[in-house]
Amino acid sequence: MKKIIIVLLLVCTVFVFAQKRGGVLVFARGGDSVGLDPGRETDGESFYATVQVFDRLVDFQPGTSIIQPALAESWSASADGLEYTFRLRRGVEFHDRTRFNADAVVFTFERMFKESNPYYQHGPWNYFNSTIGDYLVSVEALDEYTVKFTLNDRLAPFVSILAMDFASIVSPTAVRKFGSEFFRNPVGTGPFVFVSWQKDSQIVFVRNSRYWREPAYVNRLILRVIPDATARLLALQKGEVDIIDFPSPEDIASIRRNNELELIQQEGFNIGYLAMNIEKEPFDNVLVRKAINHAINKDDLIKGVYGNSGIPAKNPMPPSLWSYNEDTPEYEYDPQRSRALLREAGYPNGFSSDIWAIPVVRPYMPNGRRAAEILQAQLREVNINVEIKTYDWGTYLDRVFEGEHGMAMLGWTGDYADPDNFLYTLLSEKAAEKPALNIAFWRNRAFNELILDAQKTSDRGERTALYEEAQEIFFEDAPWVPLAHSIVYAATRENVRGFRLYPTGERIFRDVWLD
Amino acid sequence: MLSYILRRLLQFIPTMLGAVTVVFFLISLAPGDPARIMLGERAQKEQIEELREELGLDKPLVQRYGIYLLNVVQLDLGKSIFSQRPVVEEMLELFPATIELSLVAITIATIVGIFLGSLAAVKRNSPFDYISMSGALVGVSMPVFWLGLICIMLFSVILDILPTGGRINARYFFLPITNFYVIDSIILFFQEKDWSYLTSSLLHLVLPASVLATVPLAVIARTTRSSMLEVLKQDYVRTVRSLGVPRFRIIRVYALKNAMLTILTVISIQFGLLLSSAILTETIFAWPGIGRWIYTGIAARDYPVVQGGVILIVGIFLIINLVVDVVYALVDPRIRITKKAE
Repeated sequence: MKKIIIVLLLVCTVFVFAQKRGGVLVFARGGDSVGLDPGRETDGESFYATVQVFDRLVDFQPGTSIIQPALAESWSASADGLEYTFRLRRGVEFHDRTRFNADAVVFTFERMFKESNPYYQHGPWNYFNSTIGDYLVSVEALDEYTVKFTLNDRLAPFVSILAMDFASIVSPTAVRKFGSEFFRNPVGTGPFVFVSWQKDSQIVFVRNSRYWREPAYVNRLILRVIPDATARLLALQKGEVDIIDFPSPEDIASIRRNNELELIQQEGFNIGYLAMNIEKEPFDNVLVRKAINHAINKDDLIKGVYGNSGIPAKNPMPPSLWSYNEDTPEYEYDPQRSRALLREAGYPNGFSSDIWAIPVVRPYMPNGRRAAEILQAQLREVNINVEIKTYDWGTYLDRVFEGEHGMAMLGWTGDYADPDNFLYTLLSEKAAEKPALNIAFWRNRAFNELILDAQKTSDRGERTALYEEAQEIFFEDAPWVPLAHSIVYAATRENVRGFRLYPTGERIFRDVWLD
Repeated sequence: MLSYILRRLLQFIPTMLGAVTVVFFLISLAPGDPARIMLGERAQKEQIEELREELGLDKPLVQRYGIYLLNVVQLDLGKSIFSQRPVVEEMLELFPATIELSLVAITIATIVGIFLGSLAAVKRNSPFDYISMSGALVGVSMPVFWLGLICIMLFSVILDILPTGGRINARYFFLPITNFYVIDSIILFFQEKDWSYLTSSLLHLVLPASVLATVPLAVIARTTRSSMLEVLKQDYVRTVRSLGVPRFRIIRVYALKNAMLTILTVISIQFGLLLSSAILTETIFAWPGIGRWIYTGIAARDYPVVQGGVILIVGIFLIINLVVDVVYALVDPRIRITKKAE
């Protein structure tokens, strides 16, 4: 009897496994990729495609922003933090059947910074330049499966940066073969092999059956372009596609009600904020900055601007990022307290200033003009009269970087999964040098020391403690009104299993199967 | 006739030059900088300057204009700033989709439009006339976006008889050869003896082409009606009628043929408009055509794409105009004779 049960169980397992394998998965999105060379592209739609074809040395644990080994099995940093040594995985092959080894890693990086590399000219290598470009001195192969990176200065988030798409390892043979056409013939080690690309229509991939991780379940993957969000949803309802990206916020409720569909959501890896220019009166007074924080009703703002797709922010980084401090207090919406603080600060009758409205749609700010109007009305309640100013995007940025504003809206989407990318990039003293990304021009000694200390340690526990403390100082000194984090949605047919969104915005399909 | 066509072709040059010049300066002077748009909030001034240099945007405007003209003369429309692909290549990939869609749409519009228009003219002031002409008025003013979504909702989701969008079933393994999907799927039929590609590509054309046809259909119907009425009032029609020629023959041979000049003009203009302005239809039906390509090019300040697009559109209009003039001569002997006298 026991035997029969075991055999039955085995048959069932095989059956279930066989059920998981196969099928064509169609993912519909709003726009086409610009190109398929991970080193060169800068837009998310391009990375949607490259992440299927390529692997990096490290990537993220499913659904998180935490680093895990990928093409590198392990790594170590020298005591001075200037050298990183990676042990590479053996037995991995590129789709063109050439071997993945240390030479491939060296080639991948050298083509982005060594002008002597003949493929350097196919850049610009924007992400490389803006992240490790100023730091990287050399990449050497110590043996067939060991690579050493040498930096000219400490860069604590270095390993996190290598999880970015630009650091995908490319097949040197394929780059040599295709030259300037590599961006249309991508060859990597990833879970899917590139087949064809019809511009503005679709990109087709087939399963890489020799993948070094568990190979993907589906036989074919199609990234289809359907620009209109409503049309995308209709195609999903009809079953022409299996997963859609970014359904329109108005349709969220109807997707929830439809039991043939599944709604998936993820907090965006971003922050939208209102920065107060501390170089200008009266924002140099911390009481005024606190008063403004108390005057803003974020719930109303989100209802009016973000609809279903935003949550209020309190810290200067997204909640899905490690070291986000859950315990920092929040400034309650309290106009009375706000007016009291203004009296205490010496502005019993309020004051006048300006508020700068982002002129374009950003992931962290769907409608800058509307947001400015709501903020203007809320500030009027506490006798702060603000004029709304806006320029075209380029001019806007140039001017706020020079500090022409009183209060200005801006935001940030994380480049890589490290708090440094938010706290140092947006709020350090270094970032306050004009043209500044720290557009509050906030220079706080204690805060700055904490984030510099955090750059010098590689222990994540220690760094978490430092960043948590830094967030408390940010709260106390209130250089911004943190406004909101966006929420990102996707929807699937109910037979799609194993699909999840990643905080860093990747769309991974190797664990997805069709029931 | 041949020398006439040649002369017309020569006249293309100044028109084209004018269009290229106007667009070049208009888009270059508009605010917004492609380098800034590409790099966004993460870029500082120096990075932007670097990128501008790489894109050749740091050179003076007049110099850029000169370089561009020189390249255009050699049929080189440059590379897209964003995709780095040659503009001509992207055009050749996307334009067949637009032609395919527009040809089907204008065919629907012409056949149905002329039929409705002449019937309305003959049955003037009847309920049919009123209904079809108010229908045409609605058609002219129908927001394509709304109509498109309603059609998808009705025919694709509720009735489940037509696909929602795209050019062919996404799950088919289909590699285009000519980028005219109907032609490609016919080729595939001969290779694989499989009808499904052809059926799929034809079914995918029905909704977008019908929606795209609404406005030209309405315009053609209204024009046909009014010019038919004009012709039916002529003395010779009365004469023919008094001679006892059957009514259907009067309409088809005597009236419609004479009304055709005006109708042809309208059809040609509408066709030109379809080829260049199907942005909304292309967006709703996920149709990868030239309209949306130019539109996104404008939004991203992708100068070479926009300029290339304008050259294409101006070219289309010029060629359509020429073709129509030639057809005029074939339809109307009077023009043919004057041309000869010239």
